[in-house]
Amino acid sequence: MSSAELTNTDSDWKLPSQRKVGMICLIITESALFTIFVVAYVWYMGKSLNGPFPKEVLHVPWLASIALFGSSFTVTIAEKFLHKGNRALFHVWWLLTIALGAYFVYFTGAEWYHLIYKENLTISTNVFGSTFYALVGLHASHVIIGLILLSIVVISSFRGKLDPGHSEHVEMIAWYWHFVDAIWVVVLTLVYFISVNY
Amino acid sequence: MASETIVDPDFKVPAPERVGEEGKTWSHVIQNLVFTVDHKKLGLMYIGSGLLFFVVAGIMATLIRVQLFFPRSTFLDPDVFNRFFTMHGTAMVFLVGMPMIFGFANYLIPIMIGTRDMAYPRLNAFGFWVFFFSGLLLYFSYFGAPGLYNAGSAPDVGWFAYSPLTAKAFSRGHSTDYWTLSILLGGIGSLATSINILVTTFCLRCKGMTLGRMPLFVWLFVVVAFLVIIALPPLSACQIMLTLDRYLGAKFFDTQAGGDAVLWQHFFWIFGHPEVYILILPGFAIANEIIPVFSRKPIFGYPIMVAATVMIAFISLGVWAHHMFTVGMTSLGNTFFAISTMVIAVPTGIKIFNWLGTMWGGKLHFELPMIFCLAFLFQFLIAGLTGVMLSVVPFDWQLSDSYFVVAHFHYVLIGALLYTLFAGIYYWYPKAFGRMPNRKLGLWHFWLFTIGFHLTFFPQHISGFLGMPRRIFTYEAGRGWEIWNQLSTIGVIIQIPGILFFVFNLIYSYFKGEEAGDDPWDAWTLEWATTSPPPEYNFEKTPEVRSRRPLWDLKHPDDPDWKFE
Ligand code: HEM
Ligand SMILES: [Cu+2]
Repeated sequence: MSSAELTNTDSDWKLPSQRKVGMICLIITESALFTIFVVAYVWYMGKSLNGPFPKEVLHVPWLASIALFGSSFTVTIAEKFLHKGNRALFHVWWLLTIALGAYFVYFTGAEWYHLIYKENLTISTNVFGSTFYALVGLHASHVIIGLILLSIVVISSFRGKLDPGHSEHVEMIAWYWHFVDAIWVVVLTLVYFISVNY
Repeated sequence: MASETIVDPDFKVPAPERVGEEGKTWSHVIQNLVFTVDHKKLGLMYIGSGLLFFVVAGIMATLIRVQLFFPRSTFLDPDVFNRFFTMHGTAMVFLVGMPMIFGFANYLIPIMIGTRDMAYPRLNAFGFWVFFFSGLLLYFSYFGAPGLYNAGSAPDVGWFAYSPLTAKAFSRGHSTDYWTLSILLGGIGSLATSINILVTTFCLRCKGMTLGRMPLFVWLFVVVAFLVIIALPPLSACQIMLTLDRYLGAKFFDTQAGGDAVLWQHFFWIFGHPEVYILILPGFAIANEIIPVFSRKPIFGYPIMVAATVMIAFISLGVWAHHMFTVGMTSLGNTFFAISTMVIAVPTGIKIFNWLGTMWGGKLHFELPMIFCLAFLFQFLIAGLTGVMLSVVPFDWQLSDSYFVVAHFHYVLIGALLYTLFAGIYYWYPKAFGRMPNRKLGLWHFWLFTIGFHLTFFPQHISGFLGMPRRIFTYEAGRGWEIWNQLSTIGVIIQIPGILFFVFNLIYSYFKGEEAGDDPWDAWTLEWATTSPPPEYNFEKTPEVRSRRPLWDLKHPDDPDWKFE
């Protein structure tokens, strides 16, 4: 049985799109998950008994943040070109999005390397370390999942498997990517701007 | 007018042959279950495995009660006792309550909204198997935790796993890790299933099934699924943090390093309180279907029922700390959580009055599902009253962690949830298997179980008042607790044959039950419009509805509901 048979074809009976409702639900769930990690971070701000403390070791990741926020724009532009049927420009902007996201992940890796080996801050050093790595790590893992999804899209497009009927799939992946970005707004503000004062 | 059909009558199709009747072997049956993505089979698998875990967790409860029969009893070791109450509570909430309600949702929602399957059938199968393995993982801790050589270890930290009981220093070995991973895994399954329920109800309703015409059952499950996707991630976050603490030495709940043990309680109950509504709203959902049909009246106050449900769900997200009155919050905190808890009694009361309003002046039919629902109403009332009592802070200070609390929540979980599950199983049994459940056996089940249940849990109110704490493995003689404990244990012994009658009924009626026909209860929702059991695709042609009671319209073409809506 094909899925076409399952959908009601009557034009006067419209129901919301499955993919959109599904993605909205997923985003609600993920937001609830992040909320708890954010609350834990806030709760433990200034409560570490020993150093290093945030203000000693954290530096605002300007470049990485610009890269991540920029990738929300590039993905939107890429989508526009996909809609217009311009494959070449779609690929360019989509690959640029992936590159920006990848740079962000690279930055997180470098930052963690520095923190662990130069500053001696690990997840078990103090409550700051625990909450910092948990929250930032949760976000980074979402960026990595996003990168995998973005790559799947571009690979299937190169292999000619992405037809216009899939544009809603692509749109949903863009939604997810915007969500990951929005979370970074919260994490950036909280971790790098507010908690460094404690 | 009489010729006008509201529900197209030829969406029915002949019943497929039953498994087993065409000489299928066991390996066929098993393959059929393992590879299936059919929402009805998955629904029955959820309910079946829920019943299996129910029996296991019930045996543990019985052993706990036997231990408490005499003061200073040595029937169980203290360690074994702790493991039993932990495994009992965890299993009853996560391996019995959750899967049973998802089983009902899976089986019924697609048929009730007139579609052929859940929105994501494979995700559905994934959800079931993840749940099932999480259950096996939990019990595997008996073998795996300290290695088989040291068999007999299992989590012993309570179903709430309060820190620092769960810290590496206090919980050696891996039993707590099995607990954590099992809960995390089960949570993933529940989230997948809930998202599936939401997408199915929003995107796959048959023509004419507007939100205002959905059966209340479906409405309540929409609310439940929303509660799950908001309240379960905090629990998953707890498990992730605890695992980080135990494996990587993180300090989330380590008070030696500035961590906070009470934070666990907040996070746990932010999940834990909504969880009790996740469990009880499906009970209400089942009652919403059964009470009107056996009163021969449409449900009283449909929109108010929906509003009250949404209100309950909303408020339940803001009352979690009534489980923490005794940890020493500020009096502002206590007041807030006491009042918000009491406020929940309002929409809950509205529901009870609407059920009574439905029965008022109706023609009551005391079939098995209805009797269980009536007992549910009465028992839930008692549970609600003791709940409001507990929300009064000084009262809670007196009785927190006493047997009074045990009595309260068992009146909710058994007296309300389990009774509606029994009612639902009897009600939809003819739909699923094409045969009627046996009434005589069902009555034996009802009376034995009900007498046993009240004998078990009512005395616990009293032993609680007399100061008996919960979770103690034994007690001294001469405090006036013996008689109440002994009544309790005798009550459990009476419940056991009740359950045996129930299980026997399920098996016996499958082979020997009366043929049910498509619509044995003369009901009015869509699932009764197809054959019993329904074919794999539910309906030959997707139906079209024009009112809340499509089957009533079909059966009474001269007096259809849609004329009045
Ligand atoms: C509807 C389904 C309900 C379920 C499944 C349920 C279940 C539970 C459970 C498991 C506990 C024990 C917590 C512990 O181990 O410390 C508990 C405690 C409590 N319940 Fe309920 N409950 C329900 C309804 C209610 C209602 C309607 C109220 C009040 C209007 C209420 C008020 C309380 C309070 C205040 C406590 C705290 C007792 C203490 O910690 O000493 N509950 N409930
Ligand atoms: Cu509660």
